[in-house]
Amino acid sequence: MDRSSSGAGEGRGARPTAHELARYEALFASRTRSMKSSAMREMMALTERPDVISLAGGLPDTTTFEPELYAKLMSHVAAESTARALQYGPTDGMTATVDCIVEVMAAEGTLIDPSEVIVTTGGQQVIDLVCKALIDPGDVIVAEAPTYPGAVPTFGAYQAEVAQIEMDSDGMPIEELEIVLDRLQARGRRPKFIYTIPNFQNPGGVTMSLARRRRLVELARERELLVLEDNPYGLLRYEGEPLPTLYSLDAEVLGSGGGADLVIYLGTFSKILSPGLRLGWAVAPRPVLEKLNLGKQGADLCSSPVTQLFVAAYFNERDPGGGRRWRAYLEQLKVLYSRRRDVMLEALADHFADDARWTKPQGGLFIWATLDERIDTTDLLALARESQGVAFVPGRAAYVDGRSGSSSMRLNFAGVPEEDIREGMRRIGKVVREQLSLIGTLSGSVPSSRNLARGAAEREPGTPPGGEAAQVDRGVAGGGLRAGSPGAGQDAGPGGDDSGLADVVALPRRASEGSARRRRDR
Amino acid sequence: MNEAKKVAVLKGGPSLERQVSLRSGAHAQEALVRLGHEVLALDVGPELVPELRAQQPDAAFIALHGRDGEDGTVQALLEAIGIPYTGSGPAACARCTDKALAKYLMREAGVPTLDFHFLREPSVRQLGAAHAVADIEGRLGFPLVVKPASQGSALGVKFARASDQLPSAMVGAFSYDDKILIERYAKGRDLAVSVLDGPATDSTRSPPGRTGARRAAPFALPVVEAVPREEDFYDYESRYEIGMTTFVCPAELEADTAARAQELAMEVYTLLGCHGVARVDLMLEAGGDDLWVLEINVVPGLTETSLLPQAADAAGIGFDELTARVLASAWTR
Repeated sequence: MDRSSSGAGEGRGARPTAHELARYEALFASRTRSMKSSAMREMMALTERPDVISLAGGLPDTTTFEPELYAKLMSHVAAESTARALQYGPTDGMTATVDCIVEVMAAEGTLIDPSEVIVTTGGQQVIDLVCKALIDPGDVIVAEAPTYPGAVPTFGAYQAEVAQIEMDSDGMPIEELEIVLDRLQARGRRPKFIYTIPNFQNPGGVTMSLARRRRLVELARERELLVLEDNPYGLLRYEGEPLPTLYSLDAEVLGSGGGADLVIYLGTFSKILSPGLRLGWAVAPRPVLEKLNLGKQGADLCSSPVTQLFVAAYFNERDPGGGRRWRAYLEQLKVLYSRRRDVMLEALADHFADDARWTKPQGGLFIWATLDERIDTTDLLALARESQGVAFVPGRAAYVDGRSGSSSMRLNFAGVPEEDIREGMRRIGKVVREQLSLIGTLSGSVPSSRNLARGAAEREPGTPPGGEAAQVDRGVAGGGLRAGSPGAGQDAGPGGDDSGLADVVALPRRASEGSARRRRDR
Repeated sequence: MNEAKKVAVLKGGPSLERQVSLRSGAHAQEALVRLGHEVLALDVGPELVPELRAQQPDAAFIALHGRDGEDGTVQALLEAIGIPYTGSGPAACARCTDKALAKYLMREAGVPTLDFHFLREPSVRQLGAAHAVADIEGRLGFPLVVKPASQGSALGVKFARASDQLPSAMVGAFSYDDKILIERYAKGRDLAVSVLDGPATDSTRSPPGRTGARRAAPFALPVVEAVPREEDFYDYESRYEIGMTTFVCPAELEADTAARAQELAMEVYTLLGCHGVARVDLMLEAGGDDLWVLEINVVPGLTETSLLPQAADAAGIGFDELTARVLASAWTR
């Protein structure tokens, strides 16, 4: 319980007589209108309870990081770099950290010029800075459908108009993109940038094919469009061949041996190391980079030198065998997450049966599941949370209109132990079956799960759930990815409690909001 | 001025309206401090009763919305441990929070409320209620609105344009409550009338835990109209979403219509046995002058943008004064 006792008697002068509403309303920028809260987000804020198994968060599993190593790195930073760590740093980041970034990107086969990097406060800041640099109110952004729930409020805050393109098992269909671009052009509009997460997309779980990557870069070139390539999970690939980044493809087309000139690359240490460090980066064409830098000066001057030095120290660590320690940790995470992914896929096959389709990601953290179209996953979450103690992200959160995607859900398989995945999926499956049965009864249809999926017949045939077929159960396309809700800030705003926070839904609350709501320690 | 009291502000809790409640509570706390009271802010949870026992406040200021805080649960608990509290008692809370019960009572008393039917989930499973759905459709006609019987937020409010949409709308609403109501859809203007007890005729100096002051007759505050920013027939839910609506107070209505809305609100307030304060939501149906009472909120929002503070302000009652009056209701039962 939080408690704020206040002494009696001071009384701050006259009571406020002005219209309380008008007082503030008149002061707010018009952009705050698109920074709205929503009942769904408020409900999502409630999923963080110790008795709830949350498959909702965008969290990696940080319990796997060795405490001794953490202590060692921290003391190293404290002892060796006291003054530097405690001082402001350069806006574009510390050289030692940029070197690590060059190394991480090289591991994915992308060579960059270190002078084209800016270190940011999490990858989220890149999205914000790119919008800050490019978006005037009413400007168009093209994004995938579904898209990263945490980008939705950022786009909203800059009053962007967002066109979302339904994905299929190979990511964003570029033919569709062209149609949308033509349609925009007919209205005299040109998007400021195309936002894509090509690898193990959040929340869709699908990966853009090589052919589409090439075509996207080509198209960007033909039409002089910027692409924001958001790649937090690229190194977390559990199977299949790694695909080149859009950035490297663009640079390759250019051929000068230099960087890309139409792709802005977004990377982060959050998923390969720790989101708590709040360190990400952008690699961008120099003119864009300059604007990002100016924007960052206004936002926070620089990202924390403490954590930047921590990263640098970590990347210096060697295994007993002399190998890079960070690579070993990455391998460890891949083994862990890939097993958890398999467990979730099995659980989906066991508990979702014929009523649902879902993606089979080759990496990353998320699976996107789509249920019978008559089920609204926002309502399902309310019931699942209350009656079963389990949570997920309702599909609407991934759609700018707040409505599409209403029968889909994002499931995180990386952040919780296997037994919790099984149990959580069992509970969700139970609620889904109950709802379908009730719908069946009310519709007068036979409440058998096979016949219930009235939608199933209308949907694409084939693709048995969990089927070995490629990565998607067809379903990501079509009805699957439709709807979503705006709202929610980026990383925890000053309000702290305002945890609509999309990807951050599972952020621990501030202590003042009651100990009962702490994340379960596992 | 009343003497300083130790006031526990109850807020938060696990309800779906937790966030709004935290804001209402915080706003009330500020006012209570300005009024010179000692404030104890409690985010309600398993420690509520022990904490209240230990602290022995003179009164509990209820800023809880939704389950527990608005349905009479907390009120009954407070009576059990002898702590005076603001607003309506357990029975009125139960009557108002259960929208179906409230509507039945209104219908019996001749208060105009949109035609509806009530349904419980177990009756679908156990009593073949599904077979009655066609009759309900026939009687009410489409479009229909389906609502959980006790849910104050936008969640679970569904819209069905035709038969084939009704089952999933009902199941959506059942996700929040095993009681739902299916209501005729009416297009029109959304109005709200808050009702407030008059200033207590005696001071609130009576010993804690006992009624002392005499309750003054309630009166209706000016009508507020909620105007959706974008009229969207398909997006029924958004009408309840924060930020999707602007408020006009006093609402621009014919004097006669405004007076009728206020009379209806008063009538319902008395009919359902409300105490201290309540907000009555009404609809002025388009194409006529029919007024319908939609529902009653026994713990109206107290945030900066809530309807009750706006209505009070329009009546010349600032937020501190409003808070003082709501607090006084703890001792006038």
